[in-house]
Amino acid sequence: MASMLDINGKTVSVKAAPETPLLWVLRDELGLTGTKFGCGMAQCGACTVHVNGDPVRSCVTPIAALAGAKIATIESLGGTHPVQQAWVKHDVPQCGYCQSGQIMSAAALLAQTKAPSDEDIDNAMSGNICRCGTYQRIRAAIKDAAGLTGAPVVAAPVASNDVDDEIAAASGSTGRGAGQ
Amino acid sequence: MNGPFEKLGRQEGVSRRDLVVGAALVGGALLVGCSPADLMSAGSKVEPGAFGPFIQFDPDGAVTVLSKHIEFGQGNHAGLAAIVAEELDADWSRVKVVHAPANAKLYGNSTAGIQLTGGSSAISNSWEQLRKAGAGARAMFVQAAATRWNVPAGEITVKDGMVGHASGKSAGFGELIADAAKVAPPENPTLKDPKTFTLIGTDRVRRKDSLVKSTGAARYTQDVQLPNMLVAVVAHAPRFGATVKSFNADEARKVAGVADVFQIPTGVAVVADTTYAARMGREALKVEWDEGKVETRSSATIAQQWRDIAAGKGPADLKWEAFDSKGDAAAASAGKGPAVFETTYDFPYLAHATMEPMNCVAIVDGSKVKLIHGSQAQTLDQMNAAKIVKTLPGSVEIETLFAGGSFGRRANFPSDYVAECVAIAHKVSGGRPVKLVWTREDDMQAGFFRPLVHHAVRVTLDKDGYPATWRHRIVTQSIMKGSPMPMKGPDQTAIEGTAGSPYLKATPVVDAQLALPEGGVPVLWWRSVGATHTAFVMEHTIDQLALKAGKDPVDYRRALYAKAGAQRHLAALNLAVEKAGPAPAAGFTRGVAVHESFGSVVAQVAEVRVVDGHPRVGRVVTAIDCGVAVSPDQVAAQMEGGTCFGLSAALYGEITLTDGKVDQSNFDTYRVLRINEAPTVETYIVPSGNPPSGVGEPGTPVIAPAVANALLALSRTPTTRLPFVQAGT
Repeated sequence: MASMLDINGKTVSVKAAPETPLLWVLRDELGLTGTKFGCGMAQCGACTVHVNGDPVRSCVTPIAALAGAKIATIESLGGTHPVQQAWVKHDVPQCGYCQSGQIMSAAALLAQTKAPSDEDIDNAMSGNICRCGTYQRIRAAIKDAAGLTGAPVVAAPVASNDVDDEIAAASGSTGRGAGQ
Repeated sequence: MNGPFEKLGRQEGVSRRDLVVGAALVGGALLVGCSPADLMSAGSKVEPGAFGPFIQFDPDGAVTVLSKHIEFGQGNHAGLAAIVAEELDADWSRVKVVHAPANAKLYGNSTAGIQLTGGSSAISNSWEQLRKAGAGARAMFVQAAATRWNVPAGEITVKDGMVGHASGKSAGFGELIADAAKVAPPENPTLKDPKTFTLIGTDRVRRKDSLVKSTGAARYTQDVQLPNMLVAVVAHAPRFGATVKSFNADEARKVAGVADVFQIPTGVAVVADTTYAARMGREALKVEWDEGKVETRSSATIAQQWRDIAAGKGPADLKWEAFDSKGDAAAASAGKGPAVFETTYDFPYLAHATMEPMNCVAIVDGSKVKLIHGSQAQTLDQMNAAKIVKTLPGSVEIETLFAGGSFGRRANFPSDYVAECVAIAHKVSGGRPVKLVWTREDDMQAGFFRPLVHHAVRVTLDKDGYPATWRHRIVTQSIMKGSPMPMKGPDQTAIEGTAGSPYLKATPVVDAQLALPEGGVPVLWWRSVGATHTAFVMEHTIDQLALKAGKDPVDYRRALYAKAGAQRHLAALNLAVEKAGPAPAAGFTRGVAVHESFGSVVAQVAEVRVVDGHPRVGRVVTAIDCGVAVSPDQVAAQMEGGTCFGLSAALYGEITLTDGKVDQSNFDTYRVLRINEAPTVETYIVPSGNPPSGVGEPGTPVIAPAVANALLALSRTPTTRLPFVQAGT
């Protein structure tokens, strides 16, 4: 029996059995592959989507529980969402696999908390694992997207005496600080 | 994407050379004139384009760089593209990067002789090669313009993808492609003086993939959807070395969507229309395992055996291999009293736990194989797939995709999960695509762990408090055993970092030895490989020696670096200490560590406090000497990420076995670092005119000893085993 779901502003009919987790319906049946499979037990957050605006782990959410709910995936953000712009500006992604989930968690946070504190960010984002360790850029990008100032720029190091200054300059002897 | 002169198309039929090379391969003997790369590329249809194997041009002049290295987070695609763009004088905003096809001859890694991304070698391995490729293509455009405009080539300029002449004539790459492609490529094009670089080393060298990785559009193996594709999951044995005795698939076959269930060498495969159906089918499957030859030891038992071996109580036939040894070995074991320092260290198995679990798409049609996946070692994957299908390695085409992390996991000698997928696709046959999906549990319990390691260290100090003798024993399982690549001397992956240490160089008498007992647990390199344990042992030992000698640990290192002539270590240490400033944040204690790996030296000053009995890291000041930093931003990103990766393992990482079964299965039992525990890493790059060295791994191994050294300063308690936080605490 088909189920009706409201996904990214459209009502869609899906064939999957009602107990099927939303994640597999999105990925395998609807081809919305931006939402990722990471753990299958709501431990890593790679599968995060919005359900009525709240971040939800789609890997443990059966579609039977979603009748009438408004579901939004990473594809709904369109690439120009302030969080996505901040992610690009800070070059947050490394392997990138967790970032859809990170961005959906961050977007939900900013929709509910305009000027999040570090503690707010910790609370909202600690369910999303990034094995590449992009956490400090995530923090900086969230603050940037919120219009908050980032961490201070760190001054360039002094070149040591035994290298050619121009080559040193060409070699990128810049100091980089948190999230810069 | 493909320009008019792109020649990576198909060529039907098998050439005579393929037959010759194939015969050599099947016969197992090298023919004169056939290099190993020839053999491994046998049957390949990949041909370089007019501008060589690394550069293609669109008709509008946009540049595509073909990367022989996979991008799975390291940022190497930004750096590789920048090297080409610098020498080509391309418009950086119109340069893109794609993964090269599989061909060991064209795209081999010179450090390994096969196509492989690893050893933090992407930039260093490609530095000369891509500079020449960019400069060569530039020279072809210059010559084409000179001929068309009838002016001397020496008067032609190139800037941001525009070729020009003082007379006012100018043309984009696009307008000149047809002519430039006919110019003979120069054998030794003139390279730029690094002083004139305008792109390399600047903050303009940023990632090319941030947008697609922020929209969900980036394509990973998990995302591959092909017409008529089947999804496969495999029931694996609970213990390493077990095989299928029997299975009952009656219930599994009743699950809607399940297409077939069959035995393969690594277990029982369930293939279905969807991932969920395949998983449900596997749950309904009943398998009995033959455990005649399995590994049944617990990890605690193995660790005790390693300790016994180091203490001289191992089997008599176990071989010890010496490294870095000098002077009278007996002296290193002699002596008693306050000048003797003695300790041991234990390190657990570690899982790579990439965000994207292992997976692969394979299509087998007769003797043709196509793989679509995040291939880290294309040549190994080709050879292993070819063996299963009984074809030539070059007949195995690979479309390399982004991978959701690897940290070493995706490159292993048997190509474990790739071979599994090929075996399934071979059985399905007929060119029907099969996507193998491993769940997190499959991934975490499949092995290929960083091996369990034990170190035993005994140092005597001279009258000034510096090491006079150093006895060192390392016991671990060999990573390189089974390698098709020849190896000389002791397994470097087990000793690198102790071997070559400036502290051993500064010590007059060294007795260092390695033992490699057998084990049934598959083991593998794990981001920074040997340094994952040797950096900890050397750096934490040094702080304990400094404490014993009553000296400041930074000054103690400086003195030893002076004795060893380790100028780069000294410069990195001094830079990190200088940038850290005089005092830590209130409530924090500092620890310092320095380690060289993959040609780069990293020094860190970590600020640590103890919260609820567990270390928490705040600010980490990092200095790295990695030669020329092609992309300072991505060097910083790797220091940030590498530090988190190392800290995650140091705090929590531990795979244990009970009676041979892996105890952990998912992130609830294999804890990893989360954002609320993440440090703030500041990165400073030591100025250098040397060619680039590694960046992806050297940031990983330094944080653990830096934290241990901070805890030592705080409580005078040394750390003798990792992780810091034991399970259940």
